Amino acid sequence: MELMDFVKAFVVGGLICVVGQILIDKTSLTPARILTGYVVTGVILGAVGLYPMLVDFAGAGATVPLTGFGNSLAAGVREAVAKFGWLGVFTGGLSACAAGIAAAILFSLLAALFSGPKDK
Amino acid sequence: MNLTQNDYEKLVKQASPNSKILKNCLGAFLVGGAICTLGQGLITWYYSLGMDKTAAGALTSITLIALAILLTAFHVFDKIAKFAGAGTLVPITGFANSMASPAMEFKAEGFILGVGAKMFSIAGPVIVYGTVASMIYGVILLLLGGM
Amino acid sequence: MAVRKGNHTILFERPITLAAAAAAVGKKEGEGPLHDYFDRIHTDTTLHEKSFERAEAALQKEAFTVLMTKAGIAPSDVSFLFAGDLLNQCISSTFGLQDFSVPLFGIYGACSTFSEGLLLAAMALEGGCGERAVVVTSSHFCTAERQFRFPLEYGGLRTPTSQWTATAAGAVLLGQSGTGPRLTAATPGIVTDYGVKDANNMGAAMAPAAAVTIGNFFRDTGRCPEDYDLIATGDLGLVGSELLITLLKKDAIDISRQHNDCGLMLYDVKGQGTTCGGSGCGCSASVFSAYLYDQLKKGRMHKLLLVSTGALLSPTSTMQGENIPCIAHLVEITAGKEGA
Repeated sequence: MELMDFVKAFVVGGLICVVGQILIDKTSLTPARILTGYVVTGVILGAVGLYPMLVDFAGAGATVPLTGFGNSLAAGVREAVAKFGWLGVFTGGLSACAAGIAAAILFSLLAALFSGPKDK
Repeated sequence: MNLTQNDYEKLVKQASPNSKILKNCLGAFLVGGAICTLGQGLITWYYSLGMDKTAAGALTSITLIALAILLTAFHVFDKIAKFAGAGTLVPITGFANSMASPAMEFKAEGFILGVGAKMFSIAGPVIVYGTVASMIYGVILLLLGGM
Repeated sequence: MAVRKGNHTILFERPITLAAAAAAVGKKEGEGPLHDYFDRIHTDTTLHEKSFERAEAALQKEAFTVLMTKAGIAPSDVSFLFAGDLLNQCISSTFGLQDFSVPLFGIYGACSTFSEGLLLAAMALEGGCGERAVVVTSSHFCTAERQFRFPLEYGGLRTPTSQWTATAAGAVLLGQSGTGPRLTAATPGIVTDYGVKDANNMGAAMAPAAAVTIGNFFRDTGRCPEDYDLIATGDLGLVGSELLITLLKKDAIDISRQHNDCGLMLYDVKGQGTTCGGSGCGCSASVFSAYLYDQLKKGRMHKLLLVSTGALLSPTSTMQGENIPCIAHLVEITAGKEGA
């Protein structure tokens, strides 16, 4: 049973990345635009309830790609609005993703402290 | 030269090699899939340590971000990305790399306007438009709830 | 006095001599096919400086210093410098050359800067404004990446048409007297824009500019490609070179047998992973100053055209979705006895 979870995470996560790869190769969209598109798509699919179904099915295969980041933003807002009303509009999204963003900020700062760019 | 821009565009298309899309997609699928499987392994492990869903999910993200930034700092991330393409870009690892790489790069411009400001030069739009999209969703929820 | 020929071309009557040349390059360039021709190869491309910008300035400084040694003259013997690079406000040139107290003209023509400098130096000498002039240009992979593309450690993808900015500096000493290959003619370029917007396909953007300048030169002078041992463009890469030959064939000029590109000469393109070949102000500068100059000097080549091509974009114009205007400057170099 657990093995199937891993297979599902691999296949779904891999396929979400393949979509990104096709966008890179077949359109002139820059990576920054594609990633922004992924997050916004995640918010929308999370809002209409489709993405949570994918998360139930594929686990980390759906939460690890950036669409999962968007889905967490949507889920955060949903819960916070239910709890705090209008305040939740402002607090919900970023609180739900705070751990990831704060970790990325701290570790990036550390990386800059202890390492620098290298010629290729 | 008697050549219109359209004619030239056709010539350029002919002369420019296409991306090796099959090979790129295979790389993206394998590496992207592997990163997600690693995420699945982490979350399963954190559950087994007795964490609840929120904590395990958050710690999984933190772990993957830490790994990606560690690989960036050791100059390995971009080498994997060369093969993986969207496979490392689309998962949360790509987000982490997009913050760590400018932070390291602009160290030469100092820690305030270099590292601090440039850290978000690539990841910024992801946060801005993700947050705003979620806020729009929140307003819609309020309006629906108020009816 | 120089003579204007046709609409664009200048024929130099005084012998403008290329008295010496020097090139300093980075690790990747040093591992390439021209390994034996460079004066200095740096395996550490930071050159022990605290920033890559300073490293590029140091590379220019070194190219100039080596040039002085090879020519056996002092900086005070130089009437003026024409120098340029890819960075905003040409900082590599000013920072690298400020210690020498030689009058300096900072010039910008993107990757065409080197032949632009040769052309301007020849005009200044021909006009009798000085005895000797030096042209130095440079580029550095790491400074160009951070200014025009992404951070070095960013895991983005290089598209198959992209080119590799050379870490290199080249310097040439021009004089009114002395022996050595001579700069005998030049055709300054005009800004050419065929609507290419893709900053990752510079070769395609620049090919029409090269075709226009080469076409103008042959029309103005009545010469033909067969008169030359080599027509070297810099730096069209694989895609741009193919386009250039196609474009010129439409004008009934076939340069396919004489043409080579500095971006393709500098690297083993397939083996060194430089995608479509080299680019940058240092590319044609180092290929000419090291390899081509040597071939002319040894009599293995007698007459060549150097056509450096530049993509005149900026990070701002790219972000604002503008086309890439391009330019190509041509110089004719003749070695040995009086040529045709």
